[in-house]
Amino acid sequence: MSAPIRADFREILRLVEPGSRVLDVGCGEGALLELLSRENGVDGRGIEISPQGVSACLARGLSVIQGDADRDLSDFPTQAFDYVILSQTLQAVQRPKHVLAELLRIGRRAVVSLPNFGHWRVRIDLLLHGRMPVTGELPEPWWSTPNIHLCTVRDFAGLCDDLGFVIDRSAALAKGKPARPFDPSRALENWRAEAAIFLLSRPGAA
Amino acid sequence: MAVQPGAMNAAAVHPHCSDVFTAPSGAPLPLDSGGVIDGLEIAYTTYGRLNAERSNAVLVCHALTGDQHVASRHPITGRPGWWANVVGPGLPLDPEHHFIICSNVVGGCMGSTGPSSINPATGDVWGLAFPMITIADMVRAQAMLITALGIERLFAVVGGSLGGMQVLQWASDYPERLFAAVCIAAAPRHSAQNIAFHEVGRQAIMADPDWRGGAYASLGVKPEKGLAVARMAAHITYLSEAGLQRKFGRELQRDGLSWGFDADFQVESYLRHQGSSFVDRFDANSYLYITRAVDYFDLAAAHGGVLASAFTRARDVRFCVFSFTSDWLYPTAESRGIVRALNAAGVRASFVEIDTDKGHDAFFLDEPVLRAALSGFIGAAASARGRP
Repeated sequence: MSAPIRADFREILRLVEPGSRVLDVGCGEGALLELLSRENGVDGRGIEISPQGVSACLARGLSVIQGDADRDLSDFPTQAFDYVILSQTLQAVQRPKHVLAELLRIGRRAVVSLPNFGHWRVRIDLLLHGRMPVTGELPEPWWSTPNIHLCTVRDFAGLCDDLGFVIDRSAALAKGKPARPFDPSRALENWRAEAAIFLLSRPGAA
Repeated sequence: MAVQPGAMNAAAVHPHCSDVFTAPSGAPLPLDSGGVIDGLEIAYTTYGRLNAERSNAVLVCHALTGDQHVASRHPITGRPGWWANVVGPGLPLDPEHHFIICSNVVGGCMGSTGPSSINPATGDVWGLAFPMITIADMVRAQAMLITALGIERLFAVVGGSLGGMQVLQWASDYPERLFAAVCIAAAPRHSAQNIAFHEVGRQAIMADPDWRGGAYASLGVKPEKGLAVARMAAHITYLSEAGLQRKFGRELQRDGLSWGFDADFQVESYLRHQGSSFVDRFDANSYLYITRAVDYFDLAAAHGGVLASAFTRARDVRFCVFSFTSDWLYPTAESRGIVRALNAAGVRASFVEIDTDKGHDAFFLDEPVLRAALSGFIGAAASARGRP
């Protein structure tokens, strides 16, 4: 049998309607796309920056374009997908606001997951040791991490507000636990969530 | 119709059949330039067997100076086929699973009708009386061959450079006859710089006194010097600055300088060799005609200026586009433009950019990333087609 499904993937499977058209931005070796195709019968496409990732996707029969979320999303037509997924990638892009806006240009809805820099362990690290935290979600030291735009779930909710996006659903993730619906604007939740997943839309569009 | 398979050639790099298809009388090849070619002949080579469902045929389209000898020994040079590292047992296009067809383009000089063929109207070599041809004409001729071979729908059409342009033309003109398409190191149109390089090559040929206004064949001479210079200039565009530097640097042929115009530098000697060996296997007028066909290629212009419109009927074709980082003949931006148009048309398109310093010619060479990605794409497409 296949390995157990990651909690964030399980949550994405729940958010994405069966049979829809999906673009996975930063799709890696295509594990999520393959899961979505198999379980939800989606028509999936991917964007991936590494040639190895793209090759692995091709061997899985997935349609993948080698490219960079910061630069190449403009190649996709407007409203061509039902969902655009950005899984654990927003914190690594150069222009998060631009990328986020592109997601809801290309797709009717966006699914975004990200590590929460407001998690208590991060805050304690910073408070007690005065150093940039190195955690399971953020395993690299500050000088080599690809995660250059870290934010808290509250920050993220604020950016969505700025962009005029609606957060339709949000779920907190903690290691080894199933996803839990939560309100990212509540202070206590911002302490508790290790990572989070959001379903976004434009008002009146979804 | 003359489509009996030729004799199996066991001495070749891979077992294959070579034959010539002759279009039946009353079925001329219509040309974009307005004329027709009567009694069209297309020389082709096949590898593997067509399965009972006729669902495993792959058409490989060759590049500017390529030919049908894709994976078998070349009859003139004696060298292995030009894509022997992609077509063969255990390779992405495996004759064990696929029926692989490669045909010499119309206008070529390896057995298909071209300017060095005999004009039936005069009994003399065509020369410059041969009609102008286009990439769409080449593809139309291939479609006639495929039909004659009893194949309704190709499993895949695959090609690099001019071959990749033919793939795009296939997707535009015969999408219902394709299951998958692979376009490598190509462009949807020829740029000003590309036309400029072709023009240098053509002028070199036409400046050779032995070209004789294109009538050299009946006079028993060949514009070898001009054709060699054309090849030398073109060959530089197939490489990259970094690749040339890595391979040759400023290395000398001998211990010191000659203080003259001999080939002092290894790169000069290499280019001279490229030029002189080319003239043994290629016809100068074919070079003129085929480079012109490439210059005339502009797929978007043929569709109201919108490239995506070329692919609106190709929604069911699984597409894969490849480019190479150091290719300055058809740079990555050209391939991205193709992918953007395919996306806009709603075609299932994949795109891979391969990191190499080997320039445009990387697609001929042993590039493990290309081979792996191509294997993955072809294998997955075969599964989707319900084949091993």
